[in-house]
Amino acid sequence: MRSEGGWGLKLAALGGMLFLHVPLAIIVLYAFSSEDKSFVFPPPGLTLDWFAVAFEREDVRRALFLSLRVAAVATLLAMVLGTLAAAAVWRSHFFGREAISLLLVLPIALPGIITGIALRSAASLAEIPFSFWTIVVGHATFCVVVVYNNVIARLRRTAPSLIEASMDLGADGFQTFRYVLLPQLATALLAGGMLAFALSFDEVIVTTFTAGQQTTLPIWMLNELVRPRQRPVTNVVAVFVIAVTFIPILIAFYLTRDTQSAAGSGK
Amino acid sequence: MAAPPHASHPGGGIVTVAVDVTRRGGLARLGDALFLRPGLLVFLLLLPPLLWLGVVYLGSLFALLAQSFFAIDDYSGRIVREITLRTWAELFSLANLDVILRTAATAGVVTIAAALIAFPIAYYMVRYASLRMKALLYLGVTLPLWSSYLVRVYAWKLLLAKEGVVTWLLDRLHLRWLLEALLDTPVIGGPSLAVSWLGMFIVFLYMWLPYMILPIVAALERVPPSLIEAAADLGADPGRAFRSVVLPLALPGVVAGSIFTFSLTLGDYIIPGIIGTSEPFIGQVVLMHQGTAGNVPMAAAFTVVPVVIMGVYLLIARRLGAFNAL
Repeated sequence: MRSEGGWGLKLAALGGMLFLHVPLAIIVLYAFSSEDKSFVFPPPGLTLDWFAVAFEREDVRRALFLSLRVAAVATLLAMVLGTLAAAAVWRSHFFGREAISLLLVLPIALPGIITGIALRSAASLAEIPFSFWTIVVGHATFCVVVVYNNVIARLRRTAPSLIEASMDLGADGFQTFRYVLLPQLATALLAGGMLAFALSFDEVIVTTFTAGQQTTLPIWMLNELVRPRQRPVTNVVAVFVIAVTFIPILIAFYLTRDTQSAAGSGK
Repeated sequence: MAAPPHASHPGGGIVTVAVDVTRRGGLARLGDALFLRPGLLVFLLLLPPLLWLGVVYLGSLFALLAQSFFAIDDYSGRIVREITLRTWAELFSLANLDVILRTAATAGVVTIAAALIAFPIAYYMVRYASLRMKALLYLGVTLPLWSSYLVRVYAWKLLLAKEGVVTWLLDRLHLRWLLEALLDTPVIGGPSLAVSWLGMFIVFLYMWLPYMILPIVAALERVPPSLIEAAADLGADPGRAFRSVVLPLALPGVVAGSIFTFSLTLGDYIIPGIIGTSEPFIGQVVLMHQGTAGNVPMAAAFTVVPVVIMGVYLLIARRLGAFNAL
């Protein structure tokens, strides 16, 4: 039974979807605006100049590369830790198993400001100076759960008999992992990694507390939001950030399309 | 399964693996040993994530909590490392309660509005959209959820600016007077949408809406269509069937979504700082104590507030069955 639904419902749904998407479209439009002093709408003219200006900027480039490096390293760490945790929790029953799941979710369940201040005060108590690695530690902490969610969802759909068959045929534990389990997990791992990358690339709250004087791209954006100096350049950076986060998400979505909602719903 | 696969088998197939039984190295024996002692294997697997999250992360959280039992010396501004409840007593001052109440009230209003907007979208997605349309809508909800937080806040700063899109649109619709009237209203108004409670409310609503839609979709998907047909057979008109059958069954989804919208509003400090009025939220006060005031004990005590509020909220949510809809 599939009817059309009332007009009221359709309009409400359409309105909601427009509400979600028009602001992002507007940002893209503003990146081409020839007006550089105010946010006047509609833009008086369109130009591509600001893209060239933005990519010439040394501070933007440096922030971009720092963000990419942090996201890459944090994602790799999260992939290792998340896979280990998923493998441990899968099919085993040990004391405190529920507590482990809770512990993994905690960094994204708690407001980012708490995680940020906790890590910062711990670093200052231990007299660890701010560095590339303090940012990475913060990011990896909340990225683990994304990888974990994707890998455990895939593991739960993997038949245990596959592993038993491999062992029966004489493969040892590592061979079974390499030739049987890893190919099963590959796309889930990749999807988890993509989402972790997008999460890290965009993170600003925890980063504010663990970066010290360093500027990642989101911190650069935040500074522009608080004290706008370069509106046209900010518009271009915003469009660039949309692109960099959308692409991994679309890939993750594609990779996990059979698993039903493993990728997107876990943030 | 932790170690990288050093045993090199370029062929890769099961046949190659099977032939190798005769020359098993130390690594293979280690693998067997681990397979035979699953407890040890689980322990080794868990060790790195536990060291990271259990020691580094939880350790940091507890160190922060512990610092709330120190206090700041009023004259020197230094942190005195002696156990005292002075910071906690200061937390319950009138000014702080005001901040806590304002933040929680805003979170509540945002949550209710998000539920009202999210429900029709979710209902349409589950009950009426074709499979293709549903996938498209699902992506349409998920993409904003994952796209950049700051870019979306920035987008709203452009939209809400005095000369921005919202004003332009209302001008075109000859509704400028409505905007002026709203901005003149005390509490929610302000000099322009970009610096008012109303503007902040719209941005919060926009930011967290997908978090409300997805759990409601999950809850509605579990309502069998036959139940609604049964209600119709028993004489309920569509409105009655919706109220008595669909709504109660979808409620856990709404509550699950509200956990996100409420908690995210409670902990946010960037949106109230950029779009809101000068009246601070919990997060801004924490930031102020931690940063400019240098009062880490007070910041630490303040971070406990949203955690306690969320703890109570989660207990109620569990009563309402929200965890089954997550």
